[in-house]
Amino acid sequence: MIWVNAILQGVLLGGLYALFAAGLSLMFGVMRFVNIAHGDFIVVGAYAILTAIVTMGLPPVLGVAAVLVLMAVAGFAGQYVVLNRVLGKDILPPILVTFGMSIILQNALLEIYSADSRKLPTGTFETSSIDLAGGLAVGVLPLCMFLTALAVIGGLQFVFYRTALGRMLRATSDDPEIVPLMGGNNNRIFAIATAMASLVVGIAGIWLAMKTQFDPAAGPARLLFAFEAVIIGGLGNLWGTLAGGIILGVAQTLGAQIGGGFQILAGHLVFLLILIVRPKGLFPRMKG
Amino acid sequence: MSLLSATSVTAHYGDFQALFGINFAMAAGETVAIIGSNGAGKSTFLRALTGLRPTTGQNIQFDGALIAGLPADAIHKRGLAMVPEGRRLFPSLTVEENLQIGAAGGRAGHWTLDAVYDLFPDLRDKRRNGGTELSGGQQQMVAIGRALMSNPKLLLCDEISLGLSPKVIKDIYAAVPRIQAAGTSLIVVEQDVGQALAVADRIYCFMEGRVSLTGTPATVTRAEISQAYFGLNTEGTAA
Repeated sequence: MIWVNAILQGVLLGGLYALFAAGLSLMFGVMRFVNIAHGDFIVVGAYAILTAIVTMGLPPVLGVAAVLVLMAVAGFAGQYVVLNRVLGKDILPPILVTFGMSIILQNALLEIYSADSRKLPTGTFETSSIDLAGGLAVGVLPLCMFLTALAVIGGLQFVFYRTALGRMLRATSDDPEIVPLMGGNNNRIFAIATAMASLVVGIAGIWLAMKTQFDPAAGPARLLFAFEAVIIGGLGNLWGTLAGGIILGVAQTLGAQIGGGFQILAGHLVFLLILIVRPKGLFPRMKG
Repeated sequence: MSLLSATSVTAHYGDFQALFGINFAMAAGETVAIIGSNGAGKSTFLRALTGLRPTTGQNIQFDGALIAGLPADAIHKRGLAMVPEGRRLFPSLTVEENLQIGAAGGRAGHWTLDAVYDLFPDLRDKRRNGGTELSGGQQQMVAIGRALMSNPKLLLCDEISLGLSPKVIKDIYAAVPRIQAAGTSLIVVEQDVGQALAVADRIYCFMEGRVSLTGTPATVTRAEISQAYFGLNTEGTAA
């Protein structure tokens, strides 16, 4: 029963990893570049909600709304002003720019918030749980986190496949050169994609803040988890990304059952194993 | 009234000069064919008109306004659409979604999904298929329909017969009169001279980045075209 419990907790943890990964997957899907600062943006989101609620004392709903709006606006502006200038045929410049952003963000956070690890206190939300049959129990917080991931990925899926905006995003992903011939503006479409990704990053950051201790240097590890979830699930497939997050989460909680030191290692080993057996991931959708 | 006028259009690919001062003019309602061999600069000229290839100088007027130097999406919104060479359908979109993308610029008019399906009835049954699952001819129909969905004043067709069988080419060109009837002017770029002469009011022949011949299908002779097309001697640098 300990193992069943570990798998259950792993699935719920996978929801957090899918939230980490969804924004990365979206930006890669539309613009074909990997945002090296993705993990740091998540941590910025975590500090933002901490500041809004603990420091400024905003009510939770208002704090969450403020953080999400702020993240989306920052994403739109950052893409328009900075990243659009370096996107092109060469994949290296945007990677270098986001690598630089990562270093700047980590040091800025260190300067503002110190190196102490922090957590957003949520009172009884993080301690209450629901009892299931057979002595199993799920925490309310991990359950809500998982449901959020389902909602986010379902929402993105809806936008991508059922709306005019999503159609334009997919067309841009296919062939950005031709899109202006249809009246689409690449720079604007890219900025909208990054705004959407940043909104998801904000959601991920808020859950990170509630779920675990974080510090200014926590970003790169979140990027790694996100990256692994995306690759395991297969590039360009959002539900695959959720599956990738769950596989990573389950591997980690099972690893933790074997021994404390195995938690992170087990996740990486499963990632490597899948990379060897299925280099394109389990559910690839992207062509070429 | 002049719909499009271009004067002294030049274009470069790095050190290579592709266009050497093209002068071009057409009136609303006209269908103009641009013929010429591979590398004559026909596609480059179309890309310059659409804004995909930025031009220097203020030398392209469309529908009474200067469009040279505008970004491609802004030119498109003024009513200039192109069927790109090689069709370039969006592979992850269905036929219908490909058509809908064409309407993203928001210009209203005669061309709607239904009007395009009436023009190319084959597409109606395939509308849920992926754009690239179709035959070459059907893909070309989607590409033309996608451009029409923006209700352009001027439609540029770049080598729409390329790689298609004579039967399919005939089917596709059969749609041209209905496109003209809807009030759209056309520029048709072709290597297939016979096809071009059949639909065009006037022709321009390009050779090595220059206009080597202009005229109407009725007045130019086959011999003149051969000379302007292949450059058998150097006299043909008129216009």
